[in-house]
Amino acid sequence: MSDLQDSLVELIRRTSAEIPDDVQKAILTSLENEKKGTIAESAFKIIEANIKLAKQKSQPICQDTGSIIFYVECPVGFDQITFEETARTAVTLATKKGYLRQNSVDSLTGKNDGTNVGPGAPTVHFHQHRSSEIKVSLMLKGGGCENVGAQYSLPSEKLKANRDLDGCRKVILDAVLQAQGKGCGPGILGVCIGGDRATGYEYSKQQFLRTIEDRNPNQELDALEQDILKTANELGIGPMGFGGKTTLLGVKICAANRLPASFFVSISYMCWAYRRQGVILSNESKIEKWLY
Amino acid sequence: MTHLTTPITEEKIRALKVGDAVEITGTLFTGRDAVHKYLHEGGTLPEGVSFKDGIIYHCGPVVIKDEEGKWKVTAAGPTTSIREEPYQGHIIKEFGLRGVIGKGGMGDRTLAANKEFGCVYLHAIGGAAQVLAECIKSVRNVYFLEKFGSPEAIWELEVENFPVVVTMDSHGGSLHQEVFNNSQAELAKRL
Repeated sequence: MSDLQDSLVELIRRTSAEIPDDVQKAILTSLENEKKGTIAESAFKIIEANIKLAKQKSQPICQDTGSIIFYVECPVGFDQITFEETARTAVTLATKKGYLRQNSVDSLTGKNDGTNVGPGAPTVHFHQHRSSEIKVSLMLKGGGCENVGAQYSLPSEKLKANRDLDGCRKVILDAVLQAQGKGCGPGILGVCIGGDRATGYEYSKQQFLRTIEDRNPNQELDALEQDILKTANELGIGPMGFGGKTTLLGVKICAANRLPASFFVSISYMCWAYRRQGVILSNESKIEKWLY
Repeated sequence: MTHLTTPITEEKIRALKVGDAVEITGTLFTGRDAVHKYLHEGGTLPEGVSFKDGIIYHCGPVVIKDEEGKWKVTAAGPTTSIREEPYQGHIIKEFGLRGVIGKGGMGDRTLAANKEFGCVYLHAIGGAAQVLAECIKSVRNVYFLEKFGSPEAIWELEVENFPVVVTMDSHGGSLHQEVFNNSQAELAKRL
């Protein structure tokens, strides 16, 4: 077993079993804000107990261990082929250990061979950079929240949404309304304004690599993020859609250039069981530092 | 807090109202997309499985074999129920279910079947796979493991004090419909 394989199995274990600190903090703050004695409050209490128990037992926070998405930032000359092969082996091993559910199904035959490896699974995104650092982030994104993601094409006559920021606001809030509790709220939105149908969703997901508390450096987008968060939490959807004060924990928005003919707004929804971790690897592929 | 033990009578189900917190003890059968489609298309339950006066749980658990070769559920939260909306009413009717556990709620056809046949929709906390796995005391059996794969198989689970909330009762009440209507009205004021 290589050091890289060991490190990736450990990254998968910790991502599956432990909520990052920034998310846990946001959940605890929301619990305090919910009205006492409501089912929203009791939902939060079960969520809090679950976070503790998963960490203590080193078991998956949620049984849907999700799409396995690696983001690798690596120096020039990094062996991407070996990394990807090792990541596939690490995923299969982590599945045997029960850190991941047997979660990958052949779309044509319906067969689940139990390995979690197949066409498109896991996904590995490589990005070369000038630094010598090897940074590996991992996101496990469950199917329930993936299913409530939405992509809008502006203008939308039905939602009276034009090709401007107000139109973006309208469709993003519509996505929150349509999602209700189905994506295991309170959720976090990742949004991309622009791009094409594929890159729009891709960039919207990458927003989940940002921490809950960080602020958007672009003032217009920052204002939109804060506005959506505040407005969504006034709708009364609440945790699990039970009604209550906390519908979203955070909103993260980016923009990408578009074609003159297209104006997509792509919205990804992340459940409260927000599984995201990352590591800096040493030259020997040992874990040097945890990112979240 | 109401405690229910399976099998459950129609009378006890009819007494439940939206918003009631319930703890369940007894047997749960898991069943999700593949099982619902199969049963709806006329498939039969395996020998030894009866849903009569019982509860189906929309769940694809993580199950491993321990050192002694016994099944052990290590994570078992609910999956999104609305995908079973085309099938659920029929299965409630045909197989005599008294309860459906899942998350996110279901639609009008399930609500109508609840009312007509005496069934309720019970909401478990999505993502709370560890808290819920703690309530599973043993795996009695598994069916369709080869046919549908582990997450989609029917797992027969023995549970104790499994916590849920009634969000769709047998009197036409749906918390999901209520929250949707209220949130839609609130949003309209803010656009």
